[in-house]
Amino acid sequence: MMLILDLILRLALWLLLAPLLPGLINRVKAWVAGRRGPPVLQLYYDLARLWRKGVVMSTLASPGFVAGPAVAWVALTGAALLMPLGPAGAAFSFRGDVLMLIYLLALARFCTAWAAMETGSAFEGMGAAREVSYAVLAEAAIITAVLSLSVQTGSVSLVTMLAPSAGAGAVLLAAGLFTVLLAENCRVPFDDPNTHLELTMIHEVMVLDHSGPPFAVILHGASMKLLLFAVLLVQAVLPMGDLSPLAATGALAGGVLAVTVGVGLIESLMARLAFRRVPLLLTTAFLLCLFALLVAWKGNRV
Amino acid sequence: MNETLNLFIGLAMGLNLLALGSSRLPSLIQAMSLQGMLLGLMPLIMEHEHLDWRLGLIALATIAGKGVVIPTLLRRAMRAANIDREIEPFIGFVPSLLLGAAGTIAAVALSQALPLLPEHAGLLLVPGAIASVLTGFVLLIGRAEAISQVCGYLILENGIYLFGLLLIHSTPLVVEFGILLDVTVGVFVIGIIVDRIQRAFDSLDTRKLTALRE
Repeated sequence: MMLILDLILRLALWLLLAPLLPGLINRVKAWVAGRRGPPVLQLYYDLARLWRKGVVMSTLASPGFVAGPAVAWVALTGAALLMPLGPAGAAFSFRGDVLMLIYLLALARFCTAWAAMETGSAFEGMGAAREVSYAVLAEAAIITAVLSLSVQTGSVSLVTMLAPSAGAGAVLLAAGLFTVLLAENCRVPFDDPNTHLELTMIHEVMVLDHSGPPFAVILHGASMKLLLFAVLLVQAVLPMGDLSPLAATGALAGGVLAVTVGVGLIESLMARLAFRRVPLLLTTAFLLCLFALLVAWKGNRV
Repeated sequence: MNETLNLFIGLAMGLNLLALGSSRLPSLIQAMSLQGMLLGLMPLIMEHEHLDWRLGLIALATIAGKGVVIPTLLRRAMRAANIDREIEPFIGFVPSLLLGAAGTIAAVALSQALPLLPEHAGLLLVPGAIASVLTGFVLLIGRAEAISQVCGYLILENGIYLFGLLLIHSTPLVVEFGILLDVTVGVFVIGIIVDRIQRAFDSLDTRKLTALRE
């Protein structure tokens, strides 16, 4: 009974808190630009509005057009349940669950790309091609980051991996993971979430033909992915296991807030990167994680 | 002391990679001058127990020379030539970044195999020196822009300086000043040459220098 209650609480926390992050980012951007900006809860209103609307289906599209976003959302929710939340631990934890997390994220990406190509539009195919080609580099970086955490703690389970801090390589790891967060969630400098110019969009292009509830599911999934990466970044860097439960919860919440504000600040202060320079930045992220891995490895042997 | 020194050398190694990855000349010069300043501080950290005015003078001269004078000369040459962007290099930015990272890792691995003095074994001085020299070579070979090649040469020299810090007790002061003076004069001359290249060829692309003209 307690188990079910715990699961429901956890799900509610993830599902209800996630749409807050894009609102906060927009609020920071508006504040820096001196505008009033949309309300923080804007994404909730958008989701409610989209949920009531009908769906426009292409005659070419197979059921995969709707199944893709659904599977992607379920995969992201599953990944969220694997992620430990400070002192509360994870809903499900087993040996090697970190690999499960990476593969669930990959599955979500595959399904979004698949649904994008269902309409048969060359335009969305282009977006999908861009998304997956960046993902190859971003995934190399995140796998290296996970490896460095696992070498540091000598464990392959998320709960024990994320409890201590990342040690001497924490700064490198934080910079690398933050870059991956920006790339994976299609934020500036990799992609501009506000643009609708066909040649510059990545994520936006893939979801252009979706409407109604499937689109709401895609938007909600994207916000959950952002929260997931923020939580991962904060827990990888801060020594969660050494703090008292209350302090750890506060540190986690404060850290996620700081990451969100950081994304907003970067988005206001930086321009989008030229398209052919993106692999350079992703390679830098990979190298940062690689050097964090080396530091962890060398530190353990000494 | 060792931790602080290793942190500084680690930062210098990071600046190497930044220099390899930057496509704009101002950020390349910035990385190089920051590295020069870090290097200037290192003798003070190594010898913080018995500081004297000569050591302070070396540090001050190095910081002023590598961190201020040389970058100013280069920036002036860059403004006179009216460029701030690197021409597409022979070795692209991603491959040169990967080369630099592989070089850094190889330098760390190599220095463990070298027979170092016991007091130098825990330091990153030797790997930092080798990594900087390699970075300098990659920049010298891989870049097409004259000013980037100069930066490569200066990072190479920074590597040699790092190596020279191992001999801090036995090198006379005059040698340090001589090297610094040589480098500064070299960059001064190169600034003039860059201006001449720009006037003669309307570009700083060194590939054009191989073509004969009337």
